[in-house]
Amino acid sequence: MNLPVLKPTDFASDQDIRWCPGCGDYSILAQMKKVLPDLGVPREKTVFISGIGCSSRFPYYMNTYGMHSIHGRAPAFATGLKSTRPDLMVWVITGDGDALSIGGNHFIHVLRRNLDINIVLFNNRIYGLTKGQYSPTSTEGQVTKSTPMGSIDHPLSPLSVALAAEATFVARSMDANVKHLGMVLKRAAQHKGTSLVEVYQNCNVFNDGAMAYAQEKAQRPENTIELEHGKPLIFGKESDKGIRLVGTRLEVVNRSDVADDDLLIHDEREQNPSIQMMLARMRYPEMPEPMGVLRDVEGVPTYNDQINQQVTSAKERFGEGDLEKLFSAGDTWVVD
Amino acid sequence: MTTTSKDVKPVAGITVRLAGDSGDGMQLLGTQLTNTSALAGNDVATFPDFPAEIRAPRGTRAGVSGFQVQFAKQEIFTPGDTLDALVVMNPAALVTNIQDLRKGGILIANEDGFTAKDFKLAKVDANPLDATVINEEYRLFKVPMTKLTRTAVSEHGLSPKIADRCKNFFAMGLVYWLFGRSLEPTLRFIEAKFGKKPEVAAANIAALRAGWAYGETTEAFGESYQVEAAELKPGTYRNVMGNQALAWGLVAASKLSNKDLFYGTYPITPASDILHELTKHKAFGVRTFQAEDEIAAVCATIGAAFGGTMAVTASSGPGIALKAEAMGLGMILELPMIVVNVQRGGPSTGLPTKTEQSDLLQAMFGRNGESPLPVIAPQSPADCFSVAIEAWRLAVECMVPVMLLSDGYIANGSEPWRIPEMSSLPKIDVQHPEGKTDDEPFLPYKRDANHARPWAIPGAEGLMHRLGGLEKENETGNVSYDPDNHQLMTNLRAEKVAKIAERIPAQEVFGEESGDLLVVSWGGTYGACHTAVQQCQQAGHRVSHAHVRYLNPLPANLGDLLRRFDRVLVPELNMGQLRMLLRSEYLVDCIGFNKVQGKPFAVSELIQQIETHLPQPVGA
Ligand code: SF4
Repeated sequence: MNLPVLKPTDFASDQDIRWCPGCGDYSILAQMKKVLPDLGVPREKTVFISGIGCSSRFPYYMNTYGMHSIHGRAPAFATGLKSTRPDLMVWVITGDGDALSIGGNHFIHVLRRNLDINIVLFNNRIYGLTKGQYSPTSTEGQVTKSTPMGSIDHPLSPLSVALAAEATFVARSMDANVKHLGMVLKRAAQHKGTSLVEVYQNCNVFNDGAMAYAQEKAQRPENTIELEHGKPLIFGKESDKGIRLVGTRLEVVNRSDVADDDLLIHDEREQNPSIQMMLARMRYPEMPEPMGVLRDVEGVPTYNDQINQQVTSAKERFGEGDLEKLFSAGDTWVVD
Repeated sequence: MTTTSKDVKPVAGITVRLAGDSGDGMQLLGTQLTNTSALAGNDVATFPDFPAEIRAPRGTRAGVSGFQVQFAKQEIFTPGDTLDALVVMNPAALVTNIQDLRKGGILIANEDGFTAKDFKLAKVDANPLDATVINEEYRLFKVPMTKLTRTAVSEHGLSPKIADRCKNFFAMGLVYWLFGRSLEPTLRFIEAKFGKKPEVAAANIAALRAGWAYGETTEAFGESYQVEAAELKPGTYRNVMGNQALAWGLVAASKLSNKDLFYGTYPITPASDILHELTKHKAFGVRTFQAEDEIAAVCATIGAAFGGTMAVTASSGPGIALKAEAMGLGMILELPMIVVNVQRGGPSTGLPTKTEQSDLLQAMFGRNGESPLPVIAPQSPADCFSVAIEAWRLAVECMVPVMLLSDGYIANGSEPWRIPEMSSLPKIDVQHPEGKTDDEPFLPYKRDANHARPWAIPGAEGLMHRLGGLEKENETGNVSYDPDNHQLMTNLRAEKVAKIAERIPAQEVFGEESGDLLVVSWGGTYGACHTAVQQCQQAGHRVSHAHVRYLNPLPANLGDLLRRFDRVLVPELNMGQLRMLLRSEYLVDCIGFNKVQGKPFAVSELIQQIETHLPQPVGA
């Protein structure tokens, strides 16, 4: 079959984009449009579903099928759609408030069910659309419109939540590193099962620079670590530092002090998420924050496959349903 | 062995209630008696009544579970008001039910369930079976059921605990003897249900036969009763429960529209049985999704509808409250789906196992913004089948979520159902626009004559579009904040629902088209209202009955009809919700008869109400 070759611009809808100038969302949108043509899925077979928030305007800008749904519930809409239309490629676009606060319940349940969809969580650690209240990922002590004396909530890490739900694909990237973001989005799309991608996204209006330590090119090498499957964990401007597993915790070491063989080798395919969870818990400023694919486990059945498999096997076992047979099964009587 | 040698007295109909502890198997007994009576050709109507607690403390009044059934040789519409016979397994069952037994009625008590311990649990001072009123006003039969059951099943080597569980079959056997019922259907049921445990099956059969033999041989029972077959419309019949009929109606609607069915739901009383039924029917292309919560259930339903599947969600009042925001979305997305509310006593958690009709205004207005939805309600258990099909027909015709209001009384009640031939049911025409390759923009909100927009589904080339909860521009569906456009879209969505009135049948009237009093009812109170009006008509009163199936929009002729009667009485199991709608819609001063006691209307109280509002005879 000869599929027409699509260009990124073919995925752009005719709607004006309404994000603030300089918002990190633009970069994510651009990467998505770049990645989609490579996946070989026609536009009409691609669906974007979002919740509510700045990020959730995303579907309006894509020339695919789309639904801008209600706050926090996008995974639930996706569940109904993908269960009945497994032929579609379904993306969920969400944010830190949408996925982790109002939609926390749906977020964990879609992950544990391993529905074959891709979730992109734009994490800007703030409520942008409602103009600047703190979010579930805001840092402790953060001063916002709703926390004038500083936030007293402990922040939630989407990666930790996803790993606790035993999600089969868990990754992180950022708006500022476009090549890396493109790579991660592509891998998420290729994974069979729920893929969660957390994207550090700068909200330059209400939380500017909140993740500058990771996003700024100069600071990035010291404060983040790029994960690669089968490779030792090495970071630093001079690639002079590494991560070592000591007992039940991870520590930063100087490569000059420690043999490379003693560094932790990243294993994204390990079924047991314990070490991946340790990676997810590495936080600035104590530790470099992991970027890339933390977990990519294949072979776990997907919800959509199984719900449809049950229909197929019921039909094999009992034959295509016959209503008149159903109605007259059991005790009936005839009135003449 | 099922022919009696004693006298048999023919009667037109019997109302029996079986009452005992939740663990005594009264629901099973009731269901069996119902099925057997239906198979004997009687018309039947049932009213199961059970506590909200799964295992309320044994022997207490809170733990009493009851099952009422009326079987008759004429057409009946209710499970009956007063009881001809009451079977009680313990004192708690006696004291909580005796007030419904008619004077001179049969009272059968399991004597062995009336010990000092049982009196304490039921909070009675002395043995109520010894009370003078009980002995004088009713025909009391004290039967040592537990002891007799133990003897009957002794040879099957069961533990005493298991052996005692067979006593409901003993009671069943006795009741079957008393009303001339065949043991055969229940024998078949026992074989099917307990076939894997032959000793239990054998013991239950022994208990059943012992109960029958007890009636036949002891001198206490002088005669039994016989209800002849009813004259029902010719056809093949079966007994159905409301939730079962609703589930089957949904499956039938999916077949009639050539669609697979997606059912997204979260467990809640009294709607869960729809899920239990549907999930058995995967071979019909049914996919059931037990969601993490009510909101996920409705959202997944909308997701499935977006994909082009027949999508349904169901719940009861509290769950519907949680679904409200998403129903508003479904409404503005203009996607077809069904939202079922099996109503129960409210507010909040309310009375989960008891019936009520108090979610009508929630169905009408329980969403933010201007968001009218079509609302329709079945009138009886078997009617759930047709209403489910009708709901889906409306949904696809109008591209809108349709609210279907059932209730606990209909859901758990049962009645004979004439099995339809599938070929006789009209097909439901569903169209999805075909894909296209030209450059003309696709207009997802361009409407047809019914104001319905096209149901374009993912996969169709060139029809890519984005739906969402933000207000849409007319025709293009793009986000629009334009003031005039919002007014226009609000009007169009409302008109779309209002226009349904042009296509639904006119309101039917039982009785004359004008007169002294019109009784207007909706939903599960149909049977009681119909019977009450019928009896008043027979007594010569100028009373008619209009039972409203389409609650939004109301039938086009309803206003004129109301005005042709001197008075309009609206009995409802709520505090006057349809009455409020009728008054505001037609400016007709309707009179309410309202109660919320977790119980259906008794025919007698309705007759009394009707009589109160009839003109007094001249000179009186
Ligand atoms: S408020 Fe922040 S997140 Fe929202 S569009 Fe503006 S910059 Fe982006």
